[in-house]
Amino acid sequence: MKNHVLRPLWVAIAFVALILLARYVLVPRDFGVQGESFTFNYHRAGNVQEWKDFPASYLGKEVCVECHDEKGTKLESSPHAIIQCENCHGPGKDHPETENPETMTIDRSRLLCLRCHADLHYSDANRADIPGIDPNEHNVDSECVECHDSHNPDLEDM
Amino acid sequence: MSCSRRTLLKNTIKGAIAASIPLSAFKFLSPAEVKAAIGDDKVRWGFLVDTTKCVGCGFCVKACKKENEIPYAAAVTRTWVERYVITKDDKTHADSPMGAKDGFTSPKIREEEINPDDIAKAFFVPKLCNQCETPACVQVCPVGATYQTQDGVVLIDRKWCIGCGYCIMACPYGVRFFHPKYKVADKCNFCYQRITKGMKTACVQACPFGARQMGNLKDKDDPVTQRIMNERVAVLKDEYGTKPQVFYIGLDHTVK
Repeated sequence: MKNHVLRPLWVAIAFVALILLARYVLVPRDFGVQGESFTFNYHRAGNVQEWKDFPASYLGKEVCVECHDEKGTKLESSPHAIIQCENCHGPGKDHPETENPETMTIDRSRLLCLRCHADLHYSDANRADIPGIDPNEHNVDSECVECHDSHNPDLEDM
Repeated sequence: MSCSRRTLLKNTIKGAIAASIPLSAFKFLSPAEVKAAIGDDKVRWGFLVDTTKCVGCGFCVKACKKENEIPYAAAVTRTWVERYVITKDDKTHADSPMGAKDGFTSPKIREEEINPDDIAKAFFVPKLCNQCETPACVQVCPVGATYQTQDGVVLIDRKWCIGCGYCIMACPYGVRFFHPKYKVADKCNFCYQRITKGMKTACVQACPFGARQMGNLKDKDDPVTQRIMNERVAVLKDEYGTKPQVFYIGLDHTVK
């Protein structure tokens, strides 16, 4: 073959080789089809472990009552027993380790109670089974916790 | 160099056998690779939403956003709760203010007052990623940044995602969004960090009424799988053929 044909051919081959080299260097070793389907299982295998290692923030009531057993017992007989501690007290991650009560940001706001106790007048939704108030009429300027005990919400014990 | 007929024939046969064995036969696979290739995982995560139990408190949304570090004030969320109010004139009023992260505290829907006497039915519908068996979002990803794990959860590789947004458009359920901090696609992953450690997802744990439940669809004795098998359940947008793995009890035809 003549030189003027060979020269661009070498350039083209070098170009392809360069791309293949770059691909070899840049694509992680564990990237590929990790299962049956090229369409759905084509990914970097290590990412699955990365998601497993994501830190969990919510511990669950069972962990809370290990120390706060008196609160747990008090709640047991109340209708609020179905609510997780962390729903109002915030996620408990790092709480026992740092032993710093300041890290728990307790939501004592009126809006928190209204999530369930604002009366929306829906007769067939489960919402109607929960005692509800009209937030625009019921002691508008006060926080609920000023009168109500969220751990024992029984109105007769007020 | 001499070569007898016998040696020539022997060598020819040896050469033919050697040539017929592909190089891949000599590749050593790690046990994990074999397991992944066979797909013998005993787990397939499924989700059950009992809409008849939901009261729209939005604790699930709050827990999800805090657990998965989604900026709380941003108008994006991995799960949300929709409110439907159908009036007697057959009009559907629906809303989900900020994904209902602070619940539904006002009877007004999109600033509209609805007379309680006009309401025919009212209910709440929690939504989350359906972890489809044939996910459209994964199919469209041009770089392999989103995928399905062996236990059926669709994950996003934050290091690999280029943020093109194809998957956000492809999802028929609108569960994907652009993460304001990481600048990549994001969505519900059934709290993969929790379920793989035997914990409940943040939303399942936070729900006081048991409206959200999770189970292993491959375990026929799992109480949630039993309910999905034995009770009348529906999935969202069945017509898209994505085979959702989130099942709903009490789903109304007005829910899209």
